[in-house]
Amino acid sequence: MSAQSAELGPAPQELVERALAAAQSGECIAIADEGSNANLRWAGNSLTTNGVSRSRQLTIIAISRSGAEARVGVVSRAGVRSGQVPDLVAEAEHAATEATPSEDAQPLITPSDVLTGAASKWDDSPGATQIGVFAGFAENLGHAFAAAASAGRKLYGFAEHQLTSTYVGTSTGLRLRHDQPTGRLELNAKSADMTRSAWTGTGTRDFTDVDVAALEADLGQRLGWAERSLELPAGRYETLLPPTAVADLMLYMYWSAGAKDALDGRTVFSKPGGGTRIGEQLASLPVSLRSDPSAPGLECAPFVIAHASSRDSSVFDNGLPMAATDWIANGVLTALTQTRHTAQLSGHPVTPGIDNLLLTAPGATGSVADLVGRTSRGLLLTCLWYIREVDPQTLLLTGLTRDGVYLVENGEVTGAVNNFRFNESPVGMLSRITEVGGTVPTLPREWADYFTRAAMPPARVEGFNMSSVSQAS
Amino acid sequence: MDPEFTAYPLRQLADAGLQRARQLGAGYADFRAERIRGQRIRLSDGSLETQFDSDDLGLAVRVVVDGTWGFASAVDMTSEAAARAAADAVDVARVAAAISTERIELATEPAHGEVTWLSAYDVDPFDVPVAEKIALLSGWSRQLLDADGVNHVDASLYQVKECKFYTDGSTTALQQRVRVHPSVTAVAVSADGRFETMRTLAPPAGRGYEYLAGTGWNFAAELGEIPSLLAEKMAAPSVEARRYDLVIDPSNLFLTIHESIGHATELDRALGYEAAYAGTSFATFDKLGTLQYGSPIMHVIGDRTTEHGLATIGYDDEGVAGQSWDLIAGGVLAGYQLDRRIAALKGLGRSNGCAFADSPSHMPIQRMANVSLQPAADGPSTAELIASVTDGIYVVGDKSWSIDMQRYNFQFTGQRFYRIRNGRLDGQVKDVAYQATTTDFWNSMEAVGGPQTYVLGGAFNCGKGQPGQVAPVSHGCPSVVMRGIRILNTVEEAGA
Repeated sequence: MSAQSAELGPAPQELVERALAAAQSGECIAIADEGSNANLRWAGNSLTTNGVSRSRQLTIIAISRSGAEARVGVVSRAGVRSGQVPDLVAEAEHAATEATPSEDAQPLITPSDVLTGAASKWDDSPGATQIGVFAGFAENLGHAFAAAASAGRKLYGFAEHQLTSTYVGTSTGLRLRHDQPTGRLELNAKSADMTRSAWTGTGTRDFTDVDVAALEADLGQRLGWAERSLELPAGRYETLLPPTAVADLMLYMYWSAGAKDALDGRTVFSKPGGGTRIGEQLASLPVSLRSDPSAPGLECAPFVIAHASSRDSSVFDNGLPMAATDWIANGVLTALTQTRHTAQLSGHPVTPGIDNLLLTAPGATGSVADLVGRTSRGLLLTCLWYIREVDPQTLLLTGLTRDGVYLVENGEVTGAVNNFRFNESPVGMLSRITEVGGTVPTLPREWADYFTRAAMPPARVEGFNMSSVSQAS
Repeated sequence: MDPEFTAYPLRQLADAGLQRARQLGAGYADFRAERIRGQRIRLSDGSLETQFDSDDLGLAVRVVVDGTWGFASAVDMTSEAAARAAADAVDVARVAAAISTERIELATEPAHGEVTWLSAYDVDPFDVPVAEKIALLSGWSRQLLDADGVNHVDASLYQVKECKFYTDGSTTALQQRVRVHPSVTAVAVSADGRFETMRTLAPPAGRGYEYLAGTGWNFAAELGEIPSLLAEKMAAPSVEARRYDLVIDPSNLFLTIHESIGHATELDRALGYEAAYAGTSFATFDKLGTLQYGSPIMHVIGDRTTEHGLATIGYDDEGVAGQSWDLIAGGVLAGYQLDRRIAALKGLGRSNGCAFADSPSHMPIQRMANVSLQPAADGPSTAELIASVTDGIYVVGDKSWSIDMQRYNFQFTGQRFYRIRNGRLDGQVKDVAYQATTTDFWNSMEAVGGPQTYVLGGAFNCGKGQPGQVAPVSHGCPSVVMRGIRILNTVEEAGA
């Protein structure tokens, strides 16, 4: 059970302005993050922990230029008071003097480059979530506990809601603010003897759209399917991936789609002999994989927020507007994640990474149940777990099936089978997807700690590689 | 001890928080203040890519009110904030009591009074100029880039200084520990688009900056070997998938221990408290004292005392003194990792001190101790172990890892794999992964090396819990011989 005391700290806008005013040399970027978090956790039809917390973080990016060279120092501190800001700026400026020139140096973004909508909310107070966000949900969860108990089931799970208000200011006059609500529900049902398990989850912006009763009923159906169990050996199976499993695999591929590493010749998206595989047909179906900051229900920051430079992001791009981007269009690789620096190296457009991901196919409709109905024999998964990269050359991933693998025969689920360890590449798999359903919002089970905004279809994959049997149940 | 941290009125803050908690009816209360500094430096091909300094500061009050947990934290280091956190923690406990069915009891712990503890290090890495670190990493990078066959080099340093003040009225502990993780990876890319990597084996360590200068690890020697090791890997044949005997180096085995023993012997997990997320454990409580986890030569201990261990601490986040205990003895499950609540729940007596919170804003949960496989006294060298294998593979360095939610089925890769033929190394093979079920694997262990083969490995980034927390942990082990382990060819697995 946890909470974080409400405190009246300095306004984030004030921290940003003080930091920019305190900058003594060169250019400066200040990022103030005001965060709040509320969560519930439960096990065995009973709440186990809950809490609310708040955070306040100020990041100073000091840039010292000399000719074409720019040196960067970054210092980030939690709980900063107004009087501490000059010292923090001085620390960052000192770090910049100690740094070597940054390879990704670019001019800072200016107000004329940005979206007016993002700037217009600058003066508003930061938002905050609180335990009350769960008011209706918690009541419904209580009903679900009762329903599960009466049906001989146990519910486990976690619900979390976060709200982060981010203020980005630069010495070039940029003032941008973004509010990001992020919510998720994970619901796991187990039989009383713990031998059968089913899982479902959903992302949400405010929990008003979460239908706990429907989710619990779905889990009940899946546990019912598992009353008949069969043992199947390892092998390659026609497999129906639900949207959450598709999301987990597509996300890892997306995170591996950095242009810099591809240009260096060290990813699955590198072209032998140099360059990238942009323009190459990857999928057999005309699917599109895209990100869009304004995707309904999956809205995310429409400009770059980079607290530090890395292989796939650049502090110099802070404030850079982001637009809807097709990573794969009609089955063809069309873009990799780019900073302005890597875009210059690659000769491709600037396409920064965006915090949502959608896979669609033109005209595709139908649910998991519809795909089941069109299956003569195959496996239906619930979700994937412990996904790790095995070989970057092919982007081979390994992981486990979890919380329900079902045998489908003649259009019906006929029982549950054992879990498997899989070894599959999402890139290689694209060419073996023979059918997809309609795209729906989904929660990537494996990566939900980091990424919740996804919309994916269910997919039928030929020859999904179940490498070995797992005894886990 | 960090003077900026000790300059805060820590006892005064604690008094304000604990007094308020007791006034409001808490039957138990503890107070924690923390400052955690971090620094990440990363170079790409010798050029600075990332430099990021972080500094987290705050306080927390944890209470038990009428048998229910309450926890609250604050970012302001004032008596008012501490008292308010205490009040909030009591409020949370009272709200939660209505829907919590398990009464919280804590195992008793001797009072340790006023204690101070510092981890063993010589040079505070935060006292070393950033420029010096960049120069060192850049020099290492350029040394490798100058070698034939190396196309790219990633070099990084992650360092942490963690200062904690804890009191529950019986024990008041002021503690500081430092850890560093330097890493260098060389990349080779062929004209036809194939690429391979070779990373340093130097483990993260509970040491100071002296580690990078050669105390505890010979970086110069390791970096000198990397170009030739990488070139051999590029030219190596692809492995034939089948069963082999394995000699596993500590640089690889530590991670297998982490996943298949460390997590499996967390009692909160075995009891189902992580069931919906990280999972449970096949090593359930009813098997304590009977489960044949591995072969009779298997002796695994948990500890929070090993010098330079990443999970080493004087007193845990519940005031429990660091200890060492058996987890597996004679190959049989002999114990678990505990915090005070779980120890009391199962009537196991005193906690063995595994409570840890990764930040002042998180409530402590049971986290992993250093979990280490013991060497055989007067045991063989790695070369002697290799000599005992007719048809096998020698596995060196960690890379990919994955295990199921009950810790049965795992798969690991490594930095490099050598074919063993008739007791001798016969060059590298590549595209190798090994896959097994935990108890099958450990019961196939035929020999463990002597103390001369023992290395303390580890990781900074062990994750657990919801909301997620990250903890550092070390695992020591000798080289070992495993018989008849399934080896996969990862290219074949990909269908390529």
